[in-house]
Parts: sequence; C-alpha cells; structure tokens
Amino acid sequence: MDMVQSDERSILTRAGLDALIGTLAARGYRVVGPKLRDQAIIYDDIAGVGDLPAGWTDEQDGGHYRLEQRDDNALFGYAVGPHSWKKYLHPPRLQLWSAKREETGFSISHEPETIPPFAFIGVRACEIQAIAIQDRVFLEGPHVDPHYQVRRAGAFIVAVNCGKAGGTCFCVSMGTGPCAKSGFDIALTELLPGTSEPIYVAEAGSEKGAEILSSLPGRAAQPAEIEAAEAVVTHTAAAMGRSLETAGIRDLLMSNLNHPRWDDVAERCLACANCTMVCPTCFCTSVEDASDLSGEEASRSRRWDSCFTMDFSFIHGGSVRASTKSRYRQWMTHKLATWIDQFDTSGCVGCGRCITWCPVGIDLTEEARAIRDAPAQEAKP
Amino acid sequence: MMEGMEAIVREHRFFADLDDDFVKLIAGCARNVRFNAGDYLFRAGEPANEFYLLRHGRVALDIAVPGRGMITIETVSAGEIVGVSWLLPPYRWDHDTRAVELVRAIGMDAKCLRQKCDADHDVGYEMMLRFVPILVDRLRALRLQLLDVYGTHG
Amino acid sequence: MALAADPMAPIAARVARVRRELKDVWTIDIEVGSGGFPFAPGQFNMLYSFGVGEAAISISGDPARPNTLVHTVRAVGKVSGALTRLKPGEFVGLRGPFGAGWPIDVAVGSDVVLVAGGLGLAPLRPALYRLLATRENYGRIVLLCGARSPRDILFRIELERWRRRLDIDIEVTVDHAAPDWRGNVGVVTTLIGRAAFDRHHTVAMVCGPEIMMRFAASELVNAGVSDEAIYLSMERNMKCAIGHCGHCQFGGDFICKDGPVLTYRHLRDRLARSEI
Repeated sequence: MDMVQSDERSILTRAGLDALIGTLAARGYRVVGPKLRDQAIIYDDIAGVGDLPAGWTDEQDGGHYRLEQRDDNALFGYAVGPHSWKKYLHPPRLQLWSAKREETGFSISHEPETIPPFAFIGVRACEIQAIAIQDRVFLEGPHVDPHYQVRRAGAFIVAVNCGKAGGTCFCVSMGTGPCAKSGFDIALTELLPGTSEPIYVAEAGSEKGAEILSSLPGRAAQPAEIEAAEAVVTHTAAAMGRSLETAGIRDLLMSNLNHPRWDDVAERCLACANCTMVCPTCFCTSVEDASDLSGEEASRSRRWDSCFTMDFSFIHGGSVRASTKSRYRQWMTHKLATWIDQFDTSGCVGCGRCITWCPVGIDLTEEARAIRDAPAQEAKP
Repeated sequence: MMEGMEAIVREHRFFADLDDDFVKLIAGCARNVRFNAGDYLFRAGEPANEFYLLRHGRVALDIAVPGRGMITIETVSAGEIVGVSWLLPPYRWDHDTRAVELVRAIGMDAKCLRQKCDADHDVGYEMMLRFVPILVDRLRALRLQLLDVYGTHG
Repeated sequence: MALAADPMAPIAARVARVRRELKDVWTIDIEVGSGGFPFAPGQFNMLYSFGVGEAAISISGDPARPNTLVHTVRAVGKVSGALTRLKPGEFVGLRGPFGAGWPIDVAVGSDVVLVAGGLGLAPLRPALYRLLATRENYGRIVLLCGARSPRDILFRIELERWRRRLDIDIEVTVDHAAPDWRGNVGVVTTLIGRAAFDRHHTVAMVCGPEIMMRFAASELVNAGVSDEAIYLSMERNMKCAIGHCGHCQFGGDFICKDGPVLTYRHLRDRLARSEI
C-alpha cells in the first residue's frame, strides 16, 4: 500500500479512517465524534469507525428531528444534531477556581488543567466557522479566556464536507459551507460509489494534518474522485433546506425594533432557551460562587446561560428585558445584527439547529423574512 | 417710577427680548414686592390675584398632606415664575408659597394682565409663548418626580 | 498546556475602613499595598465577598490616592449586603479596574457640568477629585446633585466643604422635603436650566438611575449642550466584567468593556426604547 503524499488529495477507506482515529488516540488526543444516542446523532468519545452512525441520516424541519435508516453505509450521511463542539471548547459547566481562606486573605487555585488535546472528527464547515466566531469572543478581545484557550490551542480538527443538506440548513446563505475551506487539519469528503463501501477524499489543511495523513494507509486520489468530491458539495449547496437574505440585515433589524413581528413571534416563543443551548456560537454564561458550610473554602464556576431567562438582564429592581418579545428580539438582533458591530461577523453560521430544536418550530430565517417583506420606517439606533 | 418698573420688568428672564410697547403695557400691571424668610407670598385657597416673577431668593411650594404635615413639593428660584392658578378660573391658589430666604420679586396684578391679554391678543399670544414652555418644563419635572427614581423598587 | 492567567480570579485585599453614609449605603476603603491600583475616574471593580459572590461596584475614591481603593455600595442584594457587613481587617476579593471612564481629557478647556442622581454621585466623585486637582485646565465646574430627600444626600459633609470653594458651583436638590429643609426641592433636571455654563463649550457627565439620566441628557440638550458632549454611565447586569458572559449587552455594546461611560449621541436612540 502506498503512503499518502502531503500536498495532494488522497483516498482513505473506512479502514484508513479507523487508522486516523487510532493514530490520533495513540498520540494522546481525546478523540470525539458523532455517535447515535437518545435517538439523535450527538458528539461523544469514539474509539474507532465502529462508533460512527453508519447508515443513518436525519430528517429535520422546524421543531422536528427524526433519525432514518439510509440504504448505504455512509458514516457522515446526516446533518448536524443537537450538540456542537462548543460543549468541549466552552463546557456547559466549568469550575473556574477554588479558594481557601488564609491568614492574609485567601489563596486561589485552579484545578490542574490536565486536559488532553481534543481531536474532533466530522466537523462541518458551519461548525468550523462557529469555532472561529467563538475564537473572536474568547481569544481576540481585550481579555483572553484561559479555559477556552487551553482547550482550543491543542484541538485537531477533522472536517467533513457535507454530503447531505439538512432540512433546516442555510450555510450557503451565510457563506459558511457546505465545503470547509480552512480552519481544519484534515478535511474529508465522503464518496458513496454505488453499492460498494464509501471512500473518503482527504485533504490536509495544516502541517500537522499533512503529517498525520501521510502516516495513514491510503492512496492518491484520481482526478475523477476529486471531481466527484467537488460534485458532492455542489449538490449539497443546491439542496439547502432554508435560506436567509443577509444583505443589509444589520440595519434592517436595528431599524425595526418596534416591528409588530416581534409581538407575533412572542406569541409563539416559549422562552425555553433551547435555541441558545444548541447554537454553536451562543457564548453567554452565568457565574456562580459557592462556599462550604464552614466558610473556609469557596469556589467559582460558570455555566451556560441564556438571554431568554428572566434573570439574565436583572438589575436591582427588576429585569431589563421582562417580556418574551424583548428577549427574542435581543437574541435575534444580537445573532444577526449587533454581533457584526461587536465581532465584525454575523453570529449565525446557518446550521439550522435553532430551527430544528425549537419546540414550536420558530424559524429565524422566516422571522427575518417577515420583517424584510414589510419593514417599518424607524430611526436606526 | 413707571420707567423704573419698566427697567425691572425688562431685566427679568421671563420678559427677555419683549417689545418695548409690550413692556410698557405690562409694567402697568407690575409692582415691586419683598418678602422676608418665612413670609407667605400666598396661601392655598386664597384668590389668585397676583403672581410673582422672582428677582432674588427662593420660595417653597408647600402642600398640607393629612397625616404627613406640610410637604414641600417644589422650590422656585430667582429668574423663575411662581403661580399659574391666576391664568384660569376659578383663579384660586392650590398650594402655599413661602419665602425660604429674603425674596425680592415683581408682583404682577393678574386681573390687570388678563384684561390686557383680552384687549390685545398679540399681548396674549406673546404671554402664552412665554408661559407654555414653563408649564411644559414643570410637567416634565413632575413626571420624573412621580417616578421616584432613587432607591430600590420591587 | 498550562492555563494562562485567569481574569476571573480575584486578588485578596484588606478592608481598612467601612463607614455608613446613608441608611443603606456604606463606603468601603480597601488597602491595595505599595503597588497601588491605578484607575481612571468612572471605572469599576468586581468586589468579591468570600464564598458569597461578586458585584460590579464603581470606584468612588481619589485617583491620586491609588493605595486606598474606595467603593460606595448600596446594600440591595446578597453580595452587596455582605460587602457592607465587612469589618476592618477582613479581606475582600478584587478584580479590575474595568471599563471606560469619564472624559476627563476631552473636557480640558471646557466648562464641566456634573449631574448626579442619588448614588450616582459615587462614580462621579473620582472625576471631581481629578478635575479639582488640575483645576486650571477647565472653565466653570458645576456639580448638580439630586437625592430623594435631605437624609438621602450622599457625601453631604464633603459637598459642604466643596461648596465653600469659590471655583466650583454646587447645587443640591431633593425630590421631597419637609418645610424645615432650606435647600432646593424638585428633580435634579430642574437645576440644569438654572446653572451657568457656556453651552457651546461644555462637557457634561451624568450618573444616576437610567431614567434620570435620560431626562437630564434631554434637559442638557435643551440647554444647548451637544449630545456628543454629554456622557452617561450605564448600568447593566454584570457577571464577568471582561466581555465574555454577555449579560451586560445594551444593543451592540458590552457595558463592561465598551462602557460604562458612553456618549448620549451613541446611546440616545436606544435609551428611548424599552427593554433593549
């Protein structure tokens, strides 16, 4: 068997992919990837190709997610599920430090952060953009979050170009997919040649990726295979379940803060916060301090929080955003408009999770369209 | 004496840039008044025959609140006007006005001024343009006062 | 890979003095040692009561005395209550200073009007110390203070002392008073029209409840001050103070790092809308 050359596309078989997972694990990575659990495809630790959801796909729509059997053995034949990689890079609950009372005050200690580097298998193009967006929040502002930094710095990213557009996907509108252009170590495109086993066109995106790829059993890709891989993403791009017109969206939303549509969506929204939990870019957290009964030891942790909770905007006297309407408006205008002011990028990557996992199927592409179709003429803050 | 009154009227901020003819007309309704600290300019329930353009000092507007005694709801300072009840029937004061310190003011005969406004609507309009902003400012201030913004709520 | 310095980890500092200012307001002096703790007027710190929690508290002391950090706290919640119950010699956790402060340098060459409502005088006091320390750089300095009642006037003794100076105009007003009060009665905005300053060359710094700041800013505009020259200190829920937790957002601004002090020009349209 030939060894793969670094600067060209190569072909991995299922066995080659298994070798990739094995190699990463052997090098000390904690390998995580898609897995079937609780009737959904989620992200969890994986030991090999056998853990991947072979032959499964998903049907997604507003407020709707259902797994279905495929008629092939595709390992990546589905769109994104309820999890995103942020649960590893920006954990849902994290103890920041613990402290002990002392003579001269108190001493702070951080948990020994013996975090093995992550290897993420099956990262979609929209998710790579989501990670890049969280990089801006946690690494590129005036203050760096060391917990995110330590997890992010070592992460090895194996991207998968999407072979199937989900029913709620709109990455094409957001310019984030379905093909990963950068931000990965290795990118794979799954080819499903008829009745035979799938094969993977692999491309290195970093030196580390190239080095690992070259150590795997594989062969150079044929021109026809490279063309087939390109056809896969072209086909996916043409099959997006949703679209969102982004031209001038910042000004559109910010000049429609009193639009009647916000009242309309508030009638439907349960303020359950699902959309913020499944969103791969939502970064808000709450900080919680605690102490033991003796008051000698204390700790601080943070957990994901949501702008949909009443407490989120509490200042003495009450919540700034007491109505569901104002909270939905905050979430959507932040995601699609003020995020651009803050981080020079949209906060939305078009993954569609907020649509799929909304219990009442609220669709932000539809909400944005309703405002665009009948804009009010307000002064623009 | 009359010319002296005209000069005093002209100096007051309320009459700034008023036409000479109007000043002359209005000065005919004006007199110089003085109150010592603690004196009342007028009391609630009395007929509103005269209002005051303060030239010096400060007055307090007091209202009796059963169970809480007298409450000062507002103070008015030099350059400002005290009393609006003379504008509309029944021309009766609804609060006390008390000099907090030595007060010098122009006392304006309300009936005299009302008659002049009735007789010459240009004078009336000019007075309205000067009174309405004061009323609007007071209304705005009262709204903020009503909100009781300091301290904690709920 | 090792964890870098954690901006969420407080340092321990000794409480030197706690004094009661008003019924529910205390001022806490914190010793920060010879290294000092330089800050800009208008900035805030996160104060941590061991095991209880953390609150954003603006610095109310003199920036020329960086070895003693002064905070004025109203006991309204669990954390602020615990902070006000600290005793001298006990320790408090400290992170900061955070945020953008008052436009002390922008104001050079102008008249300066400070409008304080209630506890809003606390974050303005460092600005006043700084202005008075370099008094020759400014035109008129006017301090207009509003409080709910005579017994709610913050820093009353210091106000009396400043009032004796000839180079600063101070007016105090209360919303409600009994007739034995010889000062002004009326909301703080009523003082703006009475104050003497050059409207073309004035920088205004306003701090107090948001609704009071809105009324004050609009009154300053009525008085001829440009909305770019009016600065407000905003308050929002803060958990991290470093722009990561998302709680303090006001439109596109993170009040913790883009504010708390922002111009009225910048804030105007959002302030008028509810629940932003």
